[in-house]
Amino acid sequence: MIVADKKPIEEIVEEIKDHERILILGCNECVTVCEAGGKKEVEILASALRMYFLNQGREKNIEELTLERQCDSEYVEEIRGVSDQYDALVSLACGVGVQFTAEHYPGLPIYPGVNTCFLGATEHRGLWTERCQACGQCILARTGGICPVSRCAKRIMNGPCGGSSNGKCEINPDLACAWQLIVDRLDSLGRLEEYETLSPVKDWSADRAGGPRKVEREDVQS
Amino acid sequence: MKSGSKLERILQAGHFAFTGEVGPPRGCNVQALKEKISHLKGHVDAANVTDNQTAVVRLSSWAASLICLQEGVEPNFQMVCRDRNRLAMQADILGASAHGIRNMLCLSGDHQVFGDHPQAKGVFDIDSIQLLAMVKGMRDDSAFQSGGGIDEAPKMFIGAAANPFAEPFEWRIHRLAKKISAGADFIQTQCVYNMDKAREWVKQANDLGLTEKASLLMGITPMKSVGMARYMQSKVPGMEVPEAIIRRLREAGKQNVAEEGIKIACEQIQEFKEMPGVAGIHLMAIEWEHRVPEIAERAGMLPRPEV
Repeated sequence: MIVADKKPIEEIVEEIKDHERILILGCNECVTVCEAGGKKEVEILASALRMYFLNQGREKNIEELTLERQCDSEYVEEIRGVSDQYDALVSLACGVGVQFTAEHYPGLPIYPGVNTCFLGATEHRGLWTERCQACGQCILARTGGICPVSRCAKRIMNGPCGGSSNGKCEINPDLACAWQLIVDRLDSLGRLEEYETLSPVKDWSADRAGGPRKVEREDVQS
Repeated sequence: MKSGSKLERILQAGHFAFTGEVGPPRGCNVQALKEKISHLKGHVDAANVTDNQTAVVRLSSWAASLICLQEGVEPNFQMVCRDRNRLAMQADILGASAHGIRNMLCLSGDHQVFGDHPQAKGVFDIDSIQLLAMVKGMRDDSAFQSGGGIDEAPKMFIGAAANPFAEPFEWRIHRLAKKISAGADFIQTQCVYNMDKAREWVKQANDLGLTEKASLLMGITPMKSVGMARYMQSKVPGMEVPEAIIRRLREAGKQNVAEEGIKIACEQIQEFKEMPGVAGIHLMAIEWEHRVPEIAERAGMLPRPEV
């Protein structure tokens, strides 16, 4: 899923301070799972903002709504009928949702309420870690199912580098060395000899280096 | 001859090689750089010129290599994967060769979080092993990484670094094998303090036939103080400093600790000279270049052979 983290409330206050009628718009997908932008977080943020402005002696009209998704027109259109009641919108969706909603409502200022961080997994409640960088050309078949692009600090294709120590990365003793994990996994799969193969230079044109990307599937287009 | 560098000629003639190291200044202080180089002149076969070492900005390694060349010390131009993409790397390799630089060392580079610009974007377009293969392709096949032809190939004697002490230890030797099959002509190791582990590692390299395919230069850095030893033991990634070394330095007393550090280094060099599979020493006298002539003399590395 896409993992996001809440923005500090001071930053959101700064974004919306000149607006009077504000909709806090959550998303029921990834940001709900990582507890950054679902219904619950919309409620908490809306209450905190109301309280903040009341303490400043400025009563603002702050309302709450959470959509099923903000990356699909079908759901983003659900606020069509009420959009003119607001002079600003704070989206707690990922960067995709913020932009997609903005594209649908050209006259309505929209502000991000979260920082979109990475594609990751829930290790346990309150801990999400990165697993994928969406490089557009998956190499997991060659690396024992562990990704050096997203999990090695230097994105080394032929690791480990000299900074691997006791299974940890040189940049942070809490961070596993991706290449230690790869070697261990190849070992447990009985495929250690694959480590000897030189991994070729990666084609980064499928990554962001090739410019904004799209996936186009004629077979599913109607 | 692959590049015809002095280092290559020394090794090919079967001499025990001796390389040094120069860190470029944090500015345009060419005088300071020339002063460092002057201590190495005639005392080493080549000097590594570091590339933004520890991810701290310095005068560029190719420019400092050029100054080194002009001052009469053959440079070993270091290049890290952190700061350049494949276009910039190949351009700098061509530029270095065009100016007469004939050795280069291909490295990953310390991660940028350790340096003076921790918010920088690390490039890491290709890794150090892919860099080795790229330089070899440029030199031997006159081909850019993309496959396109080169109008007059660069001449480089290609080096790689190895850390016998990083984890996983049992797989380190296989990474060395990968570097050699990718194109490394010579290997310079991380500073050695744990001689037991170094012996075992060299033996593994011999057993796999690696020391016949590439020349192995063992890294030596004399300890200047107990503080330095402690720092290297705890703060430098992938460095292993046994307690016995620290004890020896401490017991030498504050007045004699530097002398003891040099003594340890000389003993290590003596042992490596006798060790089958070891082709030379890479002396990294960090900010201690002025002591290199003395260390070289005492370690029996002088005079350097003329080739």
